[in-house]
Amino acid sequence: MADILVVVEHQDGVFRKNTLSVVSAAKALAGLTGGEVDALVLGDGVAAVADVAAGTGVRKVLLGEGAAFAKYLAVTYAGAVAQVAKEKGYGAVFAPASTFGKDFMPRLSGLLDAPLASDIVGLEKEGEALRVKRPMYAGNAIGTVELAGSPLLITVRQTAFDAAATGGAKAPVEKVAVTAEAGGTAFVSRQETKSERPELTEARVIVSAGRGIKSQENFRLVEELSDLLNAAIGASRAAVDAGWAPNDWQVGQTGKIVAPELYIALGISGAIQHLAGMKDSKVIVAINKDEEAPIFQVADYGLVADLFKAVPEMIAELKKLKSA
Amino acid sequence: MKILVAIKPVPNPDEKVKIKGDGSGIVLDNIKTVVNPFCEIAVEEALRIREKMTGEVVVVTVGPKVGEQQVRTALAMGADRAVLVEAGTDLDSLAVAKVLAKVVADEKAELVLMGKQSVDDDNNQVGQILAAVLGWPQATFASKVELSADNKKANVTREVDGGLETIEVALPAVVTTDLRLNEPRYASLPGIMKAKKKELKVVPLASLGVDTAPRVKVLSYAAPPLRAGGGRVADVAELMSKLKNEAKVL
Repeated sequence: MADILVVVEHQDGVFRKNTLSVVSAAKALAGLTGGEVDALVLGDGVAAVADVAAGTGVRKVLLGEGAAFAKYLAVTYAGAVAQVAKEKGYGAVFAPASTFGKDFMPRLSGLLDAPLASDIVGLEKEGEALRVKRPMYAGNAIGTVELAGSPLLITVRQTAFDAAATGGAKAPVEKVAVTAEAGGTAFVSRQETKSERPELTEARVIVSAGRGIKSQENFRLVEELSDLLNAAIGASRAAVDAGWAPNDWQVGQTGKIVAPELYIALGISGAIQHLAGMKDSKVIVAINKDEEAPIFQVADYGLVADLFKAVPEMIAELKKLKSA
Repeated sequence: MKILVAIKPVPNPDEKVKIKGDGSGIVLDNIKTVVNPFCEIAVEEALRIREKMTGEVVVVTVGPKVGEQQVRTALAMGADRAVLVEAGTDLDSLAVAKVLAKVVADEKAELVLMGKQSVDDDNNQVGQILAAVLGWPQATFASKVELSADNKKANVTREVDGGLETIEVALPAVVTTDLRLNEPRYASLPGIMKAKKKELKVVPLASLGVDTAPRVKVLSYAAPPLRAGGGRVADVAELMSKLKNEAKVL
């Protein structure tokens, strides 16, 4: 197999950790088929991102800079990746299955007329053919998928591949000339939920709330518990639709896929679409007044109780543990 | 404005799927087929846009003829007419996008709307591939679409990992819909009656001259690893003790 290219995700000049899982997946492919793994960083003034990428065990980092890449746009990024993939003859291109990767990689598939497997959770070789595994039907089926063509395009589910180590011996960073044609697309603005908390997809512990939390104000209970656990905060679709939580807190089939060590579901019924986003968590705790709630079927520790009584008790217990 | 909405019939997402014993597919008997929820949102958005101007909303689907039922649902919601490209279920996203590109060109559509992903395959690819094939801008995961006064551009707010992002796209463009873009209307009884008379053109796949040989093939389906679950604790004290001493996550 020819070499493999990993497109690095970064935001506001900071390398995103989901890329580390992509490096692992790319290396897994290289292990099966041969080829070297390189990284590509596109942006403007992103030498620091390239520097982090250089320490992840790749052969080299390609750095494509220009004012046109200052703000991410699918049209410019897909165009530039297509250019690099073709010019350098990469046999496969990988990206995270984040909104970044999910936005531009299929456009790349259309530009190159190359097959894309989205959100993969595994790879294997069967003779000469490459097969990948990917979740379907809200994760209730795992499909084994064969790809034909070149380059092979893949977006990687972060929770399925361990993060590659960073801070290793630095690979060379090589500048590449890339042209961007924004055409009829322009960046207007970005609204981020600023938080001191860990990122949902990177947190060891997540406290998540659903319809049972009943209001945006009541989220302060969730916040208090999260503070004590140094947790990220998640939400079900119901809570986001009701306007109690921002969209980027949504965990589920079409929101964030998470697999923390501990997932605490408060007042969440456990709809199929929500389970799709968190059922790979190591330990699941569920607190819900309704003992028939489907969430209890996946919970390791299920407590049928009123969360407005149980959560303050948990907070009190945690404070005791901390001062002990 | 000519607005094209691509829709997909899918198995009811609220039913838990069962996999056939031989792994060759999903057990679909006794599961209702519905319009993919994200596609319904796309139809609704198209109708709202049309309500603000003179225009036509054309629904298109690529698949077996039985999908006609879901197309009629979209017509009943208020779409003007429909095109069903009769094909099998084995077309991959690349093939579907290329077929849609032919319909878009034929219809001279100025705006294409579709769901961001279908809840069966969960690929989230067709809209973006279509935009590339057409050489059009794309605006995916839309939670708000605002057309400019002259209908030549659209400001689209998108739901992304970090929050919300707004981009401006010149029309013609492809927009894929996310959950909170709108709440789709129910088809009214008069709407359902009118839908029966609206034009639904069936086009054989072969007549479009597209190479639809699959490059992404699902070979088999398996159940995900089983999760035990069902554990219970009596009170918070027991919960905290087990989390600390048994699960060791505190």
